[in-house]
Amino acid sequence: MDFLRPASWEEALAAKAEHPTAVPIAGGTDVMVEINFDHRRPEYLLDLNRVELLGEWEVGEEDVRLGASVPYTRIMEHLRAELPGLALASHTVASPQIRNRGGVGGNLGTASPAGDAHPALLAAGAEVEVESVRGTRFIPIDAFFTGVKRNALQPDELIKTIHVKKADGPQQYSKVGTRNAMVIAVCAFGIALHPETRTVRTGIGSAAPTPVRAREAEEFLNAALEEGGFWDSGRIITPSIAKQFADLASAACNPIDDVRGTARYRRHAVGIMARRTLGWTWEQYRGGARTLEGAA
Amino acid sequence: MTTAQNTRATAPAGTPTKVTQGSQGTKGGIGESTLRPDGILKVTGEFAYSSDMWHEDMLWGQILRSPVAHAEIVSIDTSEALAQAGVYAVLTHDDLPTEVRNYGLEIQDTPVLAHRVVRHHGEPVAVVAADHPETARRAAAKIRVEYRELPVVTDEASALAPDAPVLHPGRDDRPQGPPAGSGPGETPIAGHVPHPNVVHRQPILRGDVGAARARADVIVEGEYTFGMQDQAFLGPESGLAVPAEDGGVDLYVATQWLHSDLRQIAPVLGLPEEKVRMTLSGVGGAFGGREDLSMQIHACLLALRTGKPVKIVYNRFESFFGHVHRHPAKLYYEHGATRDGKLTHMKCRIVLDGGAYASASPSVVGNAASLSAGPYVVDAVDIEAVGLYTNNPPCGAMRGFGAVQACFAYEAQMDKLAAKLDMDPVEFRRLNAMEQGTIMPTGQRVDSPAPVAELLRRVKARPLPPERQWESTEGADVRALPGGLSNTTHGEGVVRGVGYAVGIKNVGFSEGFDDYSTARVRMEVVNGEAVATVHTAMAEVGQGGVTVHAQIARTELGVTQVTIHPADTRVGSAGSTSASRQTYVTGGAVKNSCELVREKVLELGRRRFGTHHPAWAHAELLLEGGKVVTDGGEVLADLVDVLEDETVEVEAEWRHRPTEPFDPRTGQGNGHVQYSFAAHRAVVEVDTELGLVKVVELACAQDVGKALNPLSVIGQIQGGTTQGLGMAVMEEIVVDPRTAKVKNPSFTDYLIPTILDTPTIPVDVLELADEHAPYGLRGVGEAPTLSSTPAVLAAIRNATGLALNRTPVRPEHLTGTA
Repeated sequence: MDFLRPASWEEALAAKAEHPTAVPIAGGTDVMVEINFDHRRPEYLLDLNRVELLGEWEVGEEDVRLGASVPYTRIMEHLRAELPGLALASHTVASPQIRNRGGVGGNLGTASPAGDAHPALLAAGAEVEVESVRGTRFIPIDAFFTGVKRNALQPDELIKTIHVKKADGPQQYSKVGTRNAMVIAVCAFGIALHPETRTVRTGIGSAAPTPVRAREAEEFLNAALEEGGFWDSGRIITPSIAKQFADLASAACNPIDDVRGTARYRRHAVGIMARRTLGWTWEQYRGGARTLEGAA
Repeated sequence: MTTAQNTRATAPAGTPTKVTQGSQGTKGGIGESTLRPDGILKVTGEFAYSSDMWHEDMLWGQILRSPVAHAEIVSIDTSEALAQAGVYAVLTHDDLPTEVRNYGLEIQDTPVLAHRVVRHHGEPVAVVAADHPETARRAAAKIRVEYRELPVVTDEASALAPDAPVLHPGRDDRPQGPPAGSGPGETPIAGHVPHPNVVHRQPILRGDVGAARARADVIVEGEYTFGMQDQAFLGPESGLAVPAEDGGVDLYVATQWLHSDLRQIAPVLGLPEEKVRMTLSGVGGAFGGREDLSMQIHACLLALRTGKPVKIVYNRFESFFGHVHRHPAKLYYEHGATRDGKLTHMKCRIVLDGGAYASASPSVVGNAASLSAGPYVVDAVDIEAVGLYTNNPPCGAMRGFGAVQACFAYEAQMDKLAAKLDMDPVEFRRLNAMEQGTIMPTGQRVDSPAPVAELLRRVKARPLPPERQWESTEGADVRALPGGLSNTTHGEGVVRGVGYAVGIKNVGFSEGFDDYSTARVRMEVVNGEAVATVHTAMAEVGQGGVTVHAQIARTELGVTQVTIHPADTRVGSAGSTSASRQTYVTGGAVKNSCELVREKVLELGRRRFGTHHPAWAHAELLLEGGKVVTDGGEVLADLVDVLEDETVEVEAEWRHRPTEPFDPRTGQGNGHVQYSFAAHRAVVEVDTELGLVKVVELACAQDVGKALNPLSVIGQIQGGTTQGLGMAVMEEIVVDPRTAKVKNPSFTDYLIPTILDTPTIPVDVLELADEHAPYGLRGVGEAPTLSSTPAVLAAIRNATGLALNRTPVRPEHLTGTA
């Protein structure tokens, strides 16, 4: 196994163009596990840790430009107001040591259905800026996940920046694991209210071959909120609307039975999380005591 | 001098060599919370574990394991692996040097390397030595093994089916070495089993169950399932074998019982035991998982074959295949009681899955049977426990050893009976609690304190933790809620439950086993001070023996400075660090040897100073504060003057009271030497919609006879409690019932409690002396592991109203989505 250590982004792109099979590594929290378990033996490892721009972030007018290697710890510490859903998701990632190393770029690169960041990105709305020596592309997060542990990257492309829409309303994130910390998701749910567009977006993790949005649930809820004038009145969402939303979120799952949980449980739990997180975010929207930063 | 220096190993044995505490009197003696000499090193990461050892010019060993659970080995081709640069040896069964090719704790049924057949997923098939671990790993992958898969035996039905494959044909289980099941010359275990796929069967019959049943006003039945728990010790199996010029081998290894290893290793190598010199290296936890051999023989074989030192270290994945687990079990119980709440009878059948090889299964069966009635008075019993051979992973010793599975079931039964009688579950238990003088189902009289009712009273009397502790002015603190940092509830669906359990565990090896320990104690003057050295073969696996031995020596010999010699086989056996026995038995041996040293020292004193004071002749003399004193406190002489340049040394074996085998048909016999008791109250909060559990508090009360080191005692109780909590809500090795393959051999999917999962554990320690035991002490380490699991389950049942007849309980069991 050859270890490539580009000193700059340009060198990294050149190396990836020359060795398209090279596996990029930053925090190593996914890649090293794969190597240690002998699940993969890449010909080349492409170490991105010397590429400084990947560890930087910038808060713009509309969105946050998040370098692919910005560790989860930084997101929790510095971006709770702008990216509350992603900050909550970051909080659920593994242990403090792992959160100091791992970042969203690696999560997207692995594209596991269980990746903790994905539901939050789907709910917030994001674009993934990828680059190769051929040029730059912006891939909408909805089109990024193409199969189990597969994404829309071309072999010569690297993930550079994740452009996440700044929160214009409350966001929440819940994840079920069979331990109270340091656990891989049995399933997860992200929700973001977007009062500016009067829409709600969602993301489901670990309950389908890829991370997915609960589109029918979103469409139902958007219509129900609009028809009922909820955005203007700030009224409490009726239990029947919340239940229908939860049921549709459940129905958006296409889970499997595995050692971490049953398909039936995953469908059930996603419904519960959908109902609860809708309640929490709506309560915040109505001007409750809580801030946008969520409770965790 | 330590052995490690002789062999140029850079990381010597992990046992620290010097324990110094205090400066005057007998400070640092028994009853004090002296600190662990290895504590700070472990916390700061400086402690040398067995996996840290290094030797100049050493090779790395790698084991090739079976990818399937049951198969005939058609062929093995090692040529490609041997052709790799850097590979020094590749060994298979055919390369074993003698006719002794099996080993085993109680039955010698485990092949060193698989012979013609593999019987479980992960069974060792070949070993490689190479000059780099990666080279060894790649070479092992190039060994071509052709398997022809065979049908798998995975449970009682498939083990006993008419066409079931017999996994160990031609059994003749007459134990070879010191047996734990039955005495040498007794009927072989195989003689008592109904089927060759049953490792061992132990019935216990007492009283007239039919008549007692007729008196019962209520009868409850239950069928319970106990999952496969892993010891999950943090330091993986590892060791270093160094070939010696005399044709022997020096082995540095993390184990639980050096001499038991030695007895199994030497015959396979074709060496006399004195040519296999073993030294304990730093042990990163054990919990029973190091009672069986792992890499010991493989490393020695490779070292002797190549003439070079060979180190083997399992990684975490391999560790899940490298040691036995706790027996999963099916338990069928029936209890009856009268309307006023007295137990009438108990019938039970306990089926323990021993997996592919026997390991400690016979003794686990004996324990499960003899302790299956729990700490209760029940005069009529009909008990049967069996251990199976299957193609599942081998199971053997783990903290609680057969008593854990039984406790989970009988405590569920107690709650069912109490509910049916409309009685408080604690009051019902107290009504039936055993006490000193109670006769066990085996006919054995409990002849030391058994404060079962008092332990229950104490945990119940404790104030309950406040409700809704997650609420704060900042909103919900998710760390205090089920789901924790995963942010799944802010209080929605959360219901509190409270549950109780109590258990009984035997201490020490049972059923007639000659359970002795050896201690060598030396006293001499060094730099103008009388000092002591304690040398035993006790494996320090975290239990705190190194601390306790020094405390005993200070108390008995009146010295301040005590050196704990590294544990090795240059001294007699200390028995196993298991069965809650080390403080009792090796501690007893140290005490005994200290007393013999004291006698010799006093004899010296009498010779030198006997004429100076009449007290030398007759009074009860003690060694205290570096001096010989009378029991009235009068100083007769300084130890420095008594000893001068003499060295007083004694090595002696010490035994607890003998036990008897259980009768193979009736189970009667004084099989156990001591019993220990703990009770728990669990307070849980359950997210009833998501099926997630937060254990809020797990209060424990335990009788320890005498706390030699109170801090260590608390640590043992809290550790055992937490291990039981893990079994209640998360820990389980999942084996595919179709293939018998392990599905979760990693800490990604075999979950153990984090600190956030670990509740407050208030501990109430009773010290009711057992007059038969050294200092009146009672073994501590296992009892808390028993009652913790059923207490948590009882609390979850209390919160949810669900029956919950299996452990661990998973979210799908609490939400009807299994």
